[in-house]
Amino acid sequence: MNIHSRTQTKTSRERRFPMAELARDTLREMQLRMLRIRAFDERASKMVKRGHIPGTVHTSIGQEAQVVGATMALGAGDYMSGNHRSHGHPIGKGSPLGPLMAELVGKATGVCKGKGGSLHLADFAVGSLGESGIVGSSIPIANGAALSSKVLNNGKVALAFFGDGAANQGVLYESMNMAGVWDLPMIFLCENNQYALSTPAHTVTSGIISERAAGFGMPGIRVEEGQDVLAVYDAVSEAVARARAGDGPTLVEVMTYRYNEHSEGLRLGTDYRNADEREAWLKKDPIMLFRHYLASQGFSDDELDGLQATALAEVDAAVAFSDASPYPDLSVAFDDLYTDKESAA
Amino acid sequence: MTVMSYLGAIGAAQREAMDADERVIIIGEDVEANVYGTTGGGKSRSDKGDFLQRYGKNRIRNTPISEEGIVGAAAGAAMTGLRPIVDLSYSSFLYMAMDQFVNQVAKNRYMFGGQASMPVVFRSAMFYGLNTGAHHSDRPYPMFMNVPGLKIIAPATPADAKGLLRSAVDSDDPILSFEACLLWSAKEDVDENEFWVPLGVARTARVGTDVTVVAISSSVPEAVAAAEELAKEGVSVEVIDPRTLVPLDRDAILRSVAKTGRLVVAEPAHRTCGAAAEISALVAEEIFDSLKAPIIRVTAPDMQIPFSPSLEKQMYPTKATIAAAIRRVVDLPALQPVTAAV
Repeated sequence: MNIHSRTQTKTSRERRFPMAELARDTLREMQLRMLRIRAFDERASKMVKRGHIPGTVHTSIGQEAQVVGATMALGAGDYMSGNHRSHGHPIGKGSPLGPLMAELVGKATGVCKGKGGSLHLADFAVGSLGESGIVGSSIPIANGAALSSKVLNNGKVALAFFGDGAANQGVLYESMNMAGVWDLPMIFLCENNQYALSTPAHTVTSGIISERAAGFGMPGIRVEEGQDVLAVYDAVSEAVARARAGDGPTLVEVMTYRYNEHSEGLRLGTDYRNADEREAWLKKDPIMLFRHYLASQGFSDDELDGLQATALAEVDAAVAFSDASPYPDLSVAFDDLYTDKESAA
Repeated sequence: MTVMSYLGAIGAAQREAMDADERVIIIGEDVEANVYGTTGGGKSRSDKGDFLQRYGKNRIRNTPISEEGIVGAAAGAAMTGLRPIVDLSYSSFLYMAMDQFVNQVAKNRYMFGGQASMPVVFRSAMFYGLNTGAHHSDRPYPMFMNVPGLKIIAPATPADAKGLLRSAVDSDDPILSFEACLLWSAKEDVDENEFWVPLGVARTARVGTDVTVVAISSSVPEAVAAAEELAKEGVSVEVIDPRTLVPLDRDAILRSVAKTGRLVVAEPAHRTCGAAAEISALVAEEIFDSLKAPIIRVTAPDMQIPFSPSLEKQMYPTKATIAAAIRRVVDLPALQPVTAAV
């Protein structure tokens, strides 16, 4: 490990993966996945308000570029851990929508059999090791997956999604230190949507999050253009390449914004935010921005409208799948605690 | 068979597990230097079997002092193909990682509908009775018994330390092993070949007919000593060591108490909501009619552990306090049968 070459913190950067080099299929898939997340979370928001989804949901609406740019930079076999705002992460990694929606509703066909719900989606089939309702708590889980990859030498990398709120949890720094000293194939991805519920990040966060990487001898990258899916994809791809080459972890901070309230259905409001601020971010909407870009690259309006229609149809089908699914039988509440049922009291 | 100490038996089990499965790794503070004696082969680093030399840095990993990060990383590693043994040294340090134990290690398999397997063992030593003061003397296993999803072992003999640890490493569920330092130097003949003590099966340390003493961890040898003393007075005492606290061998406890009709429970943890409380409640709920006397718990008081040896020595069950409890349950008049009308 050459510490001296790794202490530079970047706050602005140039694209290393020019858009033209990406296959059209990849570009199309990026937009489709962002549209899926938008459509899925808009539907979930409606459903929770109508009582069709129990409890609450935390939507990623407005943060789709950051989610898809990061998840598509990972390989199919790579790992990730999420947080409380994590419907988008498995969708971005390629999970089918039906079992995710069924999980939100609490159906037996849910991806976690109805045991987890919105706050605990996990789809191990796509490397999603689970969300955590405890802020910062899932960061070391991804770190452990990176440790597995290192010990087993299987070439996989791991990424932990966490917010600006979790950036002030001590376990992040315990994990960054361990990843640094062990050169783990790890990406710490801070989704800085600038509010920890109602608290502006800058009022509780000393300095710049990405610059904290320097203290651990690892590169820190801040993606100021976090609503640009390609900017995120580029930064995370660089971190993934570094991890896969055995050169250790990276901290990536992506600047983004959630459009909706912290938690749908709880009616916590958004009065703590300036209305002008939201309007300004809406003008940088990631899906709109990327649509303009794709149009400039020769994608037709029909094709782009078609992606939108596809995403909406997939969400309709996911809801239909959930609707047609049974609720779990009472008895299964006592399954899955241990590998053997006998050990449960 | 060969004579092994409790600590040596743990080391032997770790070596067997490392040899048997390349996915087993050991991570923790000071494991490279074999400070506590469970990752070495002999008296010196250069002696045969030193773990670092034998297995290398990839599988023997010294950690920073970062319990939360260590426990979480071990959980994540277990969910993705490794079978870590985590050496957390002192049991009091587990509190630093409470979120990871409770919210990740214990819940992930359940929350994710069985997708996660959590084959990880967290070893820690309870340093009570050794004048280390309140921050090193905890016996916190009852707190973790209150967390569904964890399995808990508390071996009291070298043979059980070896056999239970092998079963723990082979288990696909997360296991916390609470090892009493007071037992570290205990020695007995142990099979040097591989063997496994199944989880959830109690051991009858001594057979008797008048009183059952269920004893945990370092209270086991104290209970056996008390039983031997009472035998001279004609009282036949059966000593049951659950060995595994989760899952608890309820049948073995109930069978014994149904036979003797009297129960004393001895453990070094605090009184309130301890393992002794749980075992007492189990017996009272299930076989109340078999009881000839009230159940007596012999535990540490609900008090922090003082440093001064003259103060600390009275805190944990001893042969004398257990014997006194046995005398009480034998001398007390039998309870009248109680009906459901109470």
